[in-house]
Amino acid sequence: MDYEFPDGLKYATTHEWIRIENSIATVGITDYAQHQFGDIVFVELPEVGMVFEKGSNAAEIESVKAVGDLIMPLSGEIIGVNQNLAGTPELVNSSPFVDGWMIKLAFSHASEIDELLSVDKYKQIIQNEEH
Amino acid sequence: MISNIQLIFDKENEGNQQNFVPKMDIDQTELDEILQASLLRKDLPIPNIPEINIVRHFIRLSNKNYGVDTGIYPLGSCTMKYNPKVNETIVKLPGFTRIHPLQEENQGCLGLLYHISKQLGEITGMDGFTLQPAAGAHGELVGLLIIKKYFESKGIKKQKIIVPDSAHGTNPASAKMAGFSIIELISNEFGEIPLDQLEFAMQDGDVAGIMLTNPNTLGVFDRQIKEITRIVHENGGLCYYDGANLNPMLGICRPRDMGFDIVHLNLHKTFSTPHGGGGPGSGPIGVVKELIPFLPIPCLISTENGIVCREIDNKSIGRIKAFWGNFGVIVRAYAYILALGSEGLKKVGQIAVLNANYLRILLQQKYILPYNRICQHEFVLSDQGIPNDITTEDIAKRILDYGIYAPTIYFPLIVPGALMIEPTETESKQSLDYFIEVMNKIYEETKQNPELLKNAPQNMPVKRLDAVLAARKPILHD
Repeated sequence: MDYEFPDGLKYATTHEWIRIENSIATVGITDYAQHQFGDIVFVELPEVGMVFEKGSNAAEIESVKAVGDLIMPLSGEIIGVNQNLAGTPELVNSSPFVDGWMIKLAFSHASEIDELLSVDKYKQIIQNEEH
Repeated sequence: MISNIQLIFDKENEGNQQNFVPKMDIDQTELDEILQASLLRKDLPIPNIPEINIVRHFIRLSNKNYGVDTGIYPLGSCTMKYNPKVNETIVKLPGFTRIHPLQEENQGCLGLLYHISKQLGEITGMDGFTLQPAAGAHGELVGLLIIKKYFESKGIKKQKIIVPDSAHGTNPASAKMAGFSIIELISNEFGEIPLDQLEFAMQDGDVAGIMLTNPNTLGVFDRQIKEITRIVHENGGLCYYDGANLNPMLGICRPRDMGFDIVHLNLHKTFSTPHGGGGPGSGPIGVVKELIPFLPIPCLISTENGIVCREIDNKSIGRIKAFWGNFGVIVRAYAYILALGSEGLKKVGQIAVLNANYLRILLQQKYILPYNRICQHEFVLSDQGIPNDITTEDIAKRILDYGIYAPTIYFPLIVPGALMIEPTETESKQSLDYFIEVMNKIYEETKQNPELLKNAPQNMPVKRLDAVLAARKPILHD
């Protein structure tokens, strides 16, 4: 199966993508992840101002097949959420990297960025999962 | 067959031509003489329909129903076995139906409850039982509250429960509801618990115990089960057995011998009482001796004056439900146990495993089986490698067209596009062969005529329902 991998993103082993701009990270789930979920019917986002540790569950994603979590790839404070997902969760399926973004966070430990995966490492993880 | 049936509340007033209600034979009193006005409603919009049309309405509905009395029902993890009619005969005996649970002369019913507790103890190896929980997940919650109370009584606070990714979804949900947080263990390539991961998780020190289903939702038996329970015990934890998959173990091995401290049973699965649309369920809990004081109150105990109902121990987690539980379900399970006896129950386990493996071997010739091992009561196929992008959902819908209920789909989550199949012991070889024939035909259709699957079901009262739209934009009222 061919999945989309846009330029300039970092990835987490739990299938989030991360776009770093200045001191802000935008986070969503990857094309591979949305394929695994199937049609997404509900996304429960955190509230702006909430603070999470790296690795904790920031959002809940529900499809007709399964329920899963958006895992915080970096520690930090939520400074924005994609309100459009409340009425149109299907954006995560149709545009996982652009219109289907989930949270923006001000990260608190810049050093954690080094632990994120490059696109090549992430592709390897997908290959392993598919075989 | 008329495909659209009106709700009975939407039916027009058809008048009251001929009804068969007996004449009033007591003195009439006006309602407003005995109830205050605020408690009375002015209208009561119940349909006014002749008896014959009510009968027709419900018979038509029942003709659209599908149950284990209609055909094979291979719904994985649900143990949709036949519900013997003798159970119904027994439960309708006036001694069971014309009685109040709190009346004085009720030794027969109390005796039955007491006796089945002992039988379930013998089947599972547990020392004490409560019959109160109303269903499986209710039993899980009770079990977890017992674990919590046990540690509290020792002055220890433990806040985490280990659950593997092959568990039933109710396990982590119940643990969370009981106030625990969850540590998830990832199964290895055999579908079993990696012991090193378990050791590591137990070192946390905050772990109250583990919840396990064995055989698990992949239908495989964890061969290291005694090691698993030893590791948990040595690190101060308790072991909880989810009895949803007990069927293949009946008469073969007991949760207690695997090292478990608490077990819940699903009488509505393993012990043949109706479930699904036909509920209610019953989820008794069995415990080892050390945990008996924590069981819900009141308990049934045997005295020289017979069986009595007592609130005996202040360590109890308290009240959960009435002491008689879902009594009618328990009576049916009791009839089932006595009808089969210990040899019969053992045969249930054996044939359940034989039937599942027969299907597994023959279906595996076409469909992919990711965890390829001898299974217990069920096994899980995947839609990977199926031609023309046909998915598990398409296959499940096509199965309906052949007059068979679909297997459980997309669960467990660790198998992509899961088709989870549990035939149970009550299906004959002929009926298993028919299922295989249908699955093989469908496989051919995925190659020859994929559109047929994409548009399935064709022969049902309704076509493919838009599950996505229903979930995204549910219409909750008119």
